[in-house]
Amino acid sequence: MSKWRAIIAAVDIGNPLFYLIAVGIGIGVLVEKGSGTSGTNGIKYIAFIAPALLANTAITGVMDETVFPTIEGFKWRKLFFAQNATPITGRQIALGVYLAAVCRAIFSVTIYYILLLLFNVVNLGISILLIPIAVLGGGAFGAIILYFAAKIEKDDQFFNILGRLVIMPMFLFSGTFFPLSSMPIYLQPIGWVSPLWHTTELGREAAFDYGTSGLMVVIHLIYLFTLVIVGVILSRRQFERRLAK
Amino acid sequence: MSKPLISVRGLTKVFGDFTAVDGINFDVAKGESFGLLGPNGAGKSTTMRILAATSTRTSGTVEILDKDPEKFGPLVRAHLGVVPQQDNLDGELTVSENLYIYGRYFGLSKKFITAKIEELLEFAQLEEKRDVKVESLSGGMKRRLTIARGLVSEPDILLLDEPTTGLDPQARHILWDRLFRLKEQGVTLVLTTHFMDEAEQLCDRLVVMDKGAIMAEGTPQGLIKEYSSKEVLEVRFGSDRNKEVAPQLSQMCERMETLPDRILMYTEDGEKLLEQIAAAKLHPTTSLVRRSSLEDVFLRLTGRTLIE
Repeated sequence: MSKWRAIIAAVDIGNPLFYLIAVGIGIGVLVEKGSGTSGTNGIKYIAFIAPALLANTAITGVMDETVFPTIEGFKWRKLFFAQNATPITGRQIALGVYLAAVCRAIFSVTIYYILLLLFNVVNLGISILLIPIAVLGGGAFGAIILYFAAKIEKDDQFFNILGRLVIMPMFLFSGTFFPLSSMPIYLQPIGWVSPLWHTTELGREAAFDYGTSGLMVVIHLIYLFTLVIVGVILSRRQFERRLAK
Repeated sequence: MSKPLISVRGLTKVFGDFTAVDGINFDVAKGESFGLLGPNGAGKSTTMRILAATSTRTSGTVEILDKDPEKFGPLVRAHLGVVPQQDNLDGELTVSENLYIYGRYFGLSKKFITAKIEELLEFAQLEEKRDVKVESLSGGMKRRLTIARGLVSEPDILLLDEPTTGLDPQARHILWDRLFRLKEQGVTLVLTTHFMDEAEQLCDRLVVMDKGAIMAEGTPQGLIKEYSSKEVLEVRFGSDRNKEVAPQLSQMCERMETLPDRILMYTEDGEKLLEQIAAAKLHPTTSLVRRSSLEDVFLRLTGRTLIE
């Protein structure tokens, strides 16, 4: 991973940066012409979507760094089997992959946050909390994905399903570009289970005093930390089992 | 005799409804070079993964350096060097980086590994490739690097799964030479192979495995003596006539095997037997007298050839 820093930065940050400019500035003009900032609790539209894009940066970064190395480690190059032939255990390997992925999220999110400062979307201050919040969101999603990646025996359809049926709907229906409550009630559950929505809501509250209730803040935090803990426990067990076959 | 380094009793491994290893027993003594000989699917690799303290067993007992590998995995693995059947080097790293990182997995100090790398590069004849990415190495070089990597922690036991499968003859001979040196240095080797020449060259003692069970155990010479005759006469009459002449030939020797392409006749004196065949006015298209090998032992024990 250390050898690909520039590419990582481009991949993780380029895409959300395009969204920030195209949607945040472009569509933001239309949104604010129509209803001012009343639909977004008084926040400029570009600032409204920024925490979501930041969280998404963490999520895609962690996903790349858990899915590919895991399938590579078990299947393509079998590197995990080489590591497991030393005193290193399957549980340690799982944790190592996970922590490396979280490091990537920290790296990408920090750069993206600096860009948000430069674009004047956020002000330096309490908004710096956006970094740990986005990393937590990425870590929550990554812990669960790590478990599924470690279960895959046949990799042919996994990437398509993950990309099209998980990542894309999650990105669109997690209150990224509009408040989740503006969706019909039967679509809102996508947001409720999505780590992206919880992360985004926390980020908006931290950066802009969005008006989220204290109870909801606690619920968001509990949900995300639960995913981290459950995902890491399951992943560690799955790594150990698969290597011991 | 001192206590064996490896002791296996009633080892069984079942995958679903398939029994890969079926109640095998053996010991390996310190400094010994021990082989598991058998065709693909005999259960050798499964046995090796259990000896490597990575795979779990279904039943039986295994003791490696007086410890149960299932209970003390990391502790046992700290004393083992493992060379898997398929090279699993990190292709994105260079030759010396691969050795370095692997040494760190054992918790070895920077200083120790740095000195060790020089020694291992020389052993593996890869001094000039130290800063080359592993991806661009030849198959034989990768294999030697994998073996060198297995030696980075100065293991008490080196486990080699099919060390020369897939290599060309020259690369195999270089590898055999390297392994022979390790043997001379007193490293305990456990290796699997389906090449009888490899087993004869490298193993002090071996077991012949088939379908998860051990068919015979002994030294290469001992097994040949016990299960085969001194010499073998191979004759070919062409695929149609082989069957025709078989009954007549079987009268002339102690034991005979009719293979699709040739007939193997087991005897103490191959030349004499060939004269007899000529006297009987049977003229084989080709004939060859050779020493008995482990291949013949395997054929005798299982009725099948090693490489099918």
